[in-house]
Amino acid sequence: MSITLVMDGKELTTEEGKTLLDAAREHGEDVPTICYHEATTANALCRICVVEVEGMRLLQPACIVKAGANMKVQTRSEKVDRARKTILEMLASTMDLSDAPEILTMMDDYGASAERFPDAERRESEVKDDNPMYVRDYSKCLLCWRCVQVCAEDAQYTYAINFEGRGYETQIGTFFDKSIPETSCVLCGQCVGVCPTGALKPKRQFMLEQGMSPNEISVLNTGRKRRKEK
Amino acid sequence: MTENISTLHTAIESYIPMGRSGLLPALHSAQKMFGWISEDTATEISKALRVPLADIHGVIEFYSLFYNEPTSKHVIRVCTDVACALKNADGILDHLCSHHELKPRPAGGFHQTTPDLTLTIEPSPCLGLCEHAPVALVNDDAETNINLEKDSYELGRPPSLVYGSIRMLTANCGNGTASLAKYGEYAALKKAMAMKPEDVIAEIKTAGLVGRGGAAFPTGVKWEGALKAGGAPKYVICNADESEPGTFKDRVLLIDDPHRTIEGMCIAAYAIGASKGYIYIRAEYPYIVPVLENALNEARGAGYLGKDFDIEIRVGAGAYICGEETALFESIEGKRGFPRVKPPFPTTHGVFGKPTVINNVETLCSVPLIISLGSAEYRRIGTEKSPGPKLFCVSGDVVKTGLYEVPFGVTLRELLDMAGGVANNKKLQSVLFGGAAGAFATSEHLDVKMTFEDLRAAGLPLGSGVVMVFDETRDLRDVLKRLGHFFAHESCGKCYPCQMGTQRQMEILDRIADGKVLEGDVIRLQDVGWTMTDASLCGLGQTAAGAVLSAMKLWPELFVEGQTSKVERQ
Repeated sequence: MSITLVMDGKELTTEEGKTLLDAAREHGEDVPTICYHEATTANALCRICVVEVEGMRLLQPACIVKAGANMKVQTRSEKVDRARKTILEMLASTMDLSDAPEILTMMDDYGASAERFPDAERRESEVKDDNPMYVRDYSKCLLCWRCVQVCAEDAQYTYAINFEGRGYETQIGTFFDKSIPETSCVLCGQCVGVCPTGALKPKRQFMLEQGMSPNEISVLNTGRKRRKEK
Repeated sequence: MTENISTLHTAIESYIPMGRSGLLPALHSAQKMFGWISEDTATEISKALRVPLADIHGVIEFYSLFYNEPTSKHVIRVCTDVACALKNADGILDHLCSHHELKPRPAGGFHQTTPDLTLTIEPSPCLGLCEHAPVALVNDDAETNINLEKDSYELGRPPSLVYGSIRMLTANCGNGTASLAKYGEYAALKKAMAMKPEDVIAEIKTAGLVGRGGAAFPTGVKWEGALKAGGAPKYVICNADESEPGTFKDRVLLIDDPHRTIEGMCIAAYAIGASKGYIYIRAEYPYIVPVLENALNEARGAGYLGKDFDIEIRVGAGAYICGEETALFESIEGKRGFPRVKPPFPTTHGVFGKPTVINNVETLCSVPLIISLGSAEYRRIGTEKSPGPKLFCVSGDVVKTGLYEVPFGVTLRELLDMAGGVANNKKLQSVLFGGAAGAFATSEHLDVKMTFEDLRAAGLPLGSGVVMVFDETRDLRDVLKRLGHFFAHESCGKCYPCQMGTQRQMEILDRIADGKVLEGDVIRLQDVGWTMTDASLCGLGQTAAGAVLSAMKLWPELFVEGQTSKVERQ
């Protein structure tokens, strides 16, 4: 059944059961997202897609809230923009966004300043290079959860990774910080595929970025070489 | 280790049939044996309960009171939250550390263990013993009224200080635990069971009972939703994860009068058709657990439990967020305490995805009262829009700290008068109202009637009934700093506004407390505060800036650049 709602003053028609994000995108309206991915369960945790819905006290995450008949939605109210801008500024003061061009563009769109929070403690960690397939640089992780989700019930049922710590100290990790080859990881690569910020990166890409030539990479330090020697 | 592993197996055997839901109980019993959870121990639990290794690690890492590094079986937790801080909590922690040759408290509040593993000392968020401040938890015992100068303290079961103008919810409180013999037969349950479930719910609705945990949701509406929901089994959960700084009412109700809560749960179970109940109690109340176990056994012996409905106790592990209902479900299910997105709501999709009613202890204690008196009689107490008795947790700078039972409608002035006024003949500066997630009141609010409607009009949240008093000499910037640390410590880390906002808020509040304000901090603090309030996923983030934003409105001068001197407000 189709329903009609009002978004930013325009009447939109969509199918019942669609989210506000679906409805917006069907009609070419821009609602930004960070944690949302078509292939993973939407958890509404980044809150960058929040919109203002008339009659609701709190901002609503468009990625999970269903479009309702006659709903009045504002995707760019003052409240919405303040929340999005502040979230982006907090992200920039927390992590390394250099491999996240979409988020950098978003920051421009919202006039967000990367220097908004001086003296802020950043989430930094050493690059973890412990397997032939991918490297993990959690200084670039924004905790979208997608890697944990695809490693578990959203795809692979491997359960190699989970969370460490809590709150601001949260990070993705393995059982007692084991190296990837010591975990149940099957190197399926799905986590790398869904990572939005380059925190998980194919080993080859990482080495190219380090300035190694393809030739050096083919004989150095990769699983393929070790396999050949067997 | 092999010997240990076999004793571990014996200890966790009973949790194996529970599967993942047995994870927190299994971790608790392993930690009781070893003091902490090693890689080997976690691996064994993983095999026994069939929970992935990474998930077990994630759970241990989430809960403050599970340790995955060598920790003593003997732990002292010193409360350093607001009410205790007024009474030299930091000094006590430092004294204890230096006495045991440990470093003075490190920033961030990490625990420290002596090299021989004989003692661990750690600062703790509010221990829910605020009327006895300053306090600590020594293993399973409460250490209250610690006085360094006199070298005195009390150790063991914390005494209950119960006052107020009426004694209905607290009728049996203040004289040790009321046994079933003293409590008497479950007359309200008997009366309820002679009624149709719909009529029991109608009675609760007519009585106008709303949740006492802080959210004030109509109890009858919740029950009705669960009664009508399809699916079985259905659950009734008592939320005894009382962790809001300044709150201790549920502690007193549970330890002194456990049968009132149990009877309330039985009535709820009858009303919605639930077969299983949980009491989820915070791990910082270990001394209440045996009292509850004993009361449940008494209730089973008398036939109130064990046939159609029974109750299991679940103990938390140091996570304020687990007082949020959906995070509590996750915790019972053996997971990290991440709140879920709502809808769906607990009444249809609660614990294990089944219809669930979850109520606060004080709410459940009101149920037998309503059924016994009848809703009409119950409504004679309190006001038209806020009927019933209400408990207030009075702490801080008053003469008589304690639990106060009054009818709704009493003014703040009347309550403070009952408590003997501000201690040491000082003047009132402010009252933290509703808890860390609440707001500040001043002498201008003294004549506000404490009802839902009057408080809402005055911009004060009733919250969990916290009334924490600060005299004119207190530095509110230190209070705000501690609130900031509390929320940063307790944010679960799921949604971005709260995960990063509580951290940034803490950093700015630290600067303000240190007199090192940066240009733009006021606007920064407001933007962070409103972003958390408007956009966070759950109640924790939505209220994490409440007290700060209210203080900014009341005392803008406190947040001014270069502010170094204490501001006194007359």
